[in-house]
Amino acid sequence: MMKWMAILMLGLLPLFAHAGEAKDMAADPVLEKRMIGLAEKLRCLVCQNESLASSHAELAEDLRREVREQMAQGKDDQQIIDYLVSRYGDFVLYDPPMKSYTVLLWFGPFALLLIGVGVLMFQLRKRKQTVPEVHLSEEAQKRAAALLNEDK
Amino acid sequence: MNRFIWPLVIFLVLAGFLFVGLGLNPREVPSPLIDKPAPAFALPQLHEPKKVFSPQDMKGKVWLLNVWASWCVSCREEHPLLVSLAEQKIVPIYGLNYKDKREDALMWLVRGGDPYVLSAADVEGRIGIDYGVYGVPESYVIDKQGVIRYKQIGPVTSQSLRETILPLIAQLEKE
Repeated sequence: MMKWMAILMLGLLPLFAHAGEAKDMAADPVLEKRMIGLAEKLRCLVCQNESLASSHAELAEDLRREVREQMAQGKDDQQIIDYLVSRYGDFVLYDPPMKSYTVLLWFGPFALLLIGVGVLMFQLRKRKQTVPEVHLSEEAQKRAAALLNEDK
Repeated sequence: MNRFIWPLVIFLVLAGFLFVGLGLNPREVPSPLIDKPAPAFALPQLHEPKKVFSPQDMKGKVWLLNVWASWCVSCREEHPLLVSLAEQKIVPIYGLNYKDKREDALMWLVRGGDPYVLSAADVEGRIGIDYGVYGVPESYVIDKQGVIRYKQIGPVTSQSLRETILPLIAQLEKE
């Protein structure tokens, strides 16, 4: 009986396990929505793989407050992003900007793909040279077909 | 023979990258504030809240700004080092008490010793954001012109003091 109760209670547990977004006071819903939109493009520096919008870290709360206040002061999104980048570096951006030192990051995968295609082409061509195509006579073709279809 | 050389080379290059990656600390994000003027602020002092501290008051001196809090566990690690550094009177240490309760902060200084000439109280963490603080403790070496020359993320260690911070301070004193 106890066992079944325990299983039932465990089964009900997910009902209470809501994973809500981090909450803050939302005085102005329009501004709040704009703030969340911007915060989704920014990285929380404490948790690193969470956006500023979804993080519960205290620093993220402070940064959201900062963004909210700067928005209330009438700054546009780019100005706020520039401010945060000047304090925390490009790392706060989820989208790494195109810069001289991020070229490898942006184009590295394509370079690797090109190298791969190149190697493949080279190998195929080499194989064609070393294994010449054999031309079969009509009789041989028929025999081959018969052998291949033996099981059917 | 050639068939084996290339996979081996590729393996070695990959292994090299991964090995270097093991030694990197992803928590350490390079600060864009290095070689930039230390952001200005005016905050009440921790011990005498009626008095104000500004980094502008420190023009002409090389100094250390240490961000600390009583709730910060790694601060406990570096605190004895800061106390002994303060006793040597090599460089004035100023504290930025980050998001702390005044009573807790004062109690912490009574218990662990107070290495700071004074601490400024950043109760809401706003100045912390201006300084790009994301993991207390953090320490800034600021030169005579008020420019940030070095930032230590995480606790100051005897190694970082010996190898980086103290030589830098000696050099900045001559500038």
